[in-house]
Amino acid sequence: MNNKTKTRKVYLDYNATTPIHPEVKKTIIEAMEFYGNPSSLHEPGRKVRGMIEEARGKVAAFINATPEEIIFVGSGSEANNTVINLSSCPACGTCEASGCKTDKKIITSTIEHPCVLEAAACQKERGIRVSYVGVDKFGKIKIDEYQKLLKEKTALVSIMMANNEIGTIQDIKKLCQMAHEQGALFHTDAVQAVGKLEVDVKELEADYLSFSAHKIYGPKGVGALYIRKGAAFCPFIRGGHQEKGRRAGTENSLGIIAFGKAVEMRKKEMAAEFKRLSALKSLLKAGIEKNIPDIQFNGHPQDSLAGTVNVSFSGAEGETILLYLDMGGIAVSTGSACASGSLDPSHVLMATGVPAERCHGSIRMSMGRDTTDKDIDYVVEKLTKVIKRVREISSVSIGVNHG
Amino acid sequence: MSNKKNKKVMVAMSGGVDSSVAAALLKDQGYEVIGLTMCFNLPDAKTGKPACCGVQAIADAKRVADILGIRHYVLNFGQELQKKVVADFVKQYSLGLTPNPCVRCNELIKFDSLLKKALGLGMDYLATGHYARIEKTAGKYFLKKAKDKKKDQSYFLYRLTQEKLKRLLFPLGELTKDKVRQLARIYKLPVSEKQDSQEICFIPGTYQEFLKSELKGKFFPGLIKDTSGKVLGTHQGIPFYTIGQRDKLGIACGYPVYVLKINSNKNELVVGKKEETLKSKFLVQDIIYPGAVLKKKTRLMVRIRHLSPQASAWVKPIGKKSEVTFKKPVFAITPGQSAVFYKKDAVVGGGIIEEVLQ
Repeated sequence: MNNKTKTRKVYLDYNATTPIHPEVKKTIIEAMEFYGNPSSLHEPGRKVRGMIEEARGKVAAFINATPEEIIFVGSGSEANNTVINLSSCPACGTCEASGCKTDKKIITSTIEHPCVLEAAACQKERGIRVSYVGVDKFGKIKIDEYQKLLKEKTALVSIMMANNEIGTIQDIKKLCQMAHEQGALFHTDAVQAVGKLEVDVKELEADYLSFSAHKIYGPKGVGALYIRKGAAFCPFIRGGHQEKGRRAGTENSLGIIAFGKAVEMRKKEMAAEFKRLSALKSLLKAGIEKNIPDIQFNGHPQDSLAGTVNVSFSGAEGETILLYLDMGGIAVSTGSACASGSLDPSHVLMATGVPAERCHGSIRMSMGRDTTDKDIDYVVEKLTKVIKRVREISSVSIGVNHG
Repeated sequence: MSNKKNKKVMVAMSGGVDSSVAAALLKDQGYEVIGLTMCFNLPDAKTGKPACCGVQAIADAKRVADILGIRHYVLNFGQELQKKVVADFVKQYSLGLTPNPCVRCNELIKFDSLLKKALGLGMDYLATGHYARIEKTAGKYFLKKAKDKKKDQSYFLYRLTQEKLKRLLFPLGELTKDKVRQLARIYKLPVSEKQDSQEICFIPGTYQEFLKSELKGKFFPGLIKDTSGKVLGTHQGIPFYTIGQRDKLGIACGYPVYVLKINSNKNELVVGKKEETLKSKFLVQDIIYPGAVLKKKTRLMVRIRHLSPQASAWVKPIGKKSEVTFKKPVFAITPGQSAVFYKKDAVVGGGIIEEVLQ
């Protein structure tokens, strides 16, 4: 909008993905020298095997797991699909434990990432019953409803730890305990939580937990799945002995080594960053509240990711706001992504009871390690102008000359 | 010409060859160009139709934008299309009229909602790949026919007012379709051989099937009569017929019959011989004048459907309406369609045909 000064660039979409940490970048460049296939017995292979196992150690320690409990996969989505698929894998003896060939079902929530919801829908097609537990207006699981659903024989529960759109954090420990009391296995999609919150699988007592490197300043294309020692398992991708036969395919060694470095850096930076982001979030929310009328914040007021702000602006469409902000050098996201072929308002906001009209006027801003208070001041200033403009144009009429 | 470097233009990119070339030309002329694809969230027709607005169209537009090095966005206008164009389309048919949804979409969506968004974004202009020209004469902007008379789309654009025209660019107005394809190849655009879209974009199959599902339970079979009132047969429901239609009437009476009139009050069709479809006088309502409002009876050239030959007529303003009288009778004047008034190549007004008088 301002064509005189060079536009400042502010990236506020850390929940979508993060820039690679400079230290991780160095590690990747160094690791590029090592090309051996980690399955090979010769020296180049052994070298890379060693680097991968070192990374596995770091990644496991980061969530208080043992290295054997971690398998590396291609993405958070693959980790989630792997777990959901356990419920209907007829080829495998272990799946008996997770419910196939029985009348048990899966429970998941209405606000999960599409990779969980669609994997669950696919299980439904295969004859597995799927129940969806609802959430309250802040996006918290409805405990009574959950308790009721658990009463029916349940094989597996999959509930995300922190929501990508509204940032709401669930009490996973409690949800997990309740599932175990009814004999169900518990999985949590912790893609948005790991690296932002302290995650300790021993304390949570989860059976499965998914996370991803590119959300924590690592590269894209590598995720990890924690499988509690002794928990039922069946490979999703078959045909190789890699990852102890649990995930076939030559390891993404560069990605895995980088993942190890990424968690190492998270360990150093996370606590301080949490405080900083919490302050920035207050600053951003206060700025919006003070300068822009008719707004509503979505998500939980306290139990929410430090860097995530989801806000609805009445009388403005999210897509238009996004476009205007992008023109001004600010990158945010909306729930309704037309380019992906859907006009539907965000299923997460709808699940929290936000009316469709307000869902369409919502944007998500997610901050991270490079976000500064100057950025936030700039965003508030720009956003104020953009919302005013967007609201104006939807009410203005361009002259008509009737006879 | 000299200060285009500072001018910003949004190009509505459908992913087709026309709007892609329009964007390329503007970029070459020195404008700061951003591309925007309107997403209408239409059913992804397995038949390969419609040829625009789908996920493939968005991907094509993005590829072209990448090649040109311009920003590209997608905005969703699905609900607006439904509310302002599709609903009206269905309603008009149910009343026995033959609407023109492209005229409405241009007036209410492309050159209203989208134009507002472009201007709000600080754009100086909105551009499309339409075949038409805009010329400024004596301080007024006029919409004129395209140089390529076979492709001319001015009929669909006549509802543009001064305020809109001065903010629009139609870079293809001086070009032929062949030339546009040639340019697409020169610019190495991957859409250079893409087929033209012809159909109504929100209708996946035939319009009869579409109306049948949209109007479920709201149409009834009725009588087909000749002009003397004699019953010749029955029809499926008036939404499925249009003036001048000859096929699918299911009547054999020794000579070809045409729909002359759709009588929605009585749920009747009146049919007759071809010469009976020739009429010369009709009433036009909901008139738009892009420049000066017509005050007195004037001889103009009038076109009553897209790419039909225009014909000489008297246009006489009567209150907010106009009475049009062709010099010679013309085939199938159809209520619901637009009548566009031209003076030479320039559009001077137009409206919706309300009623055929004689």
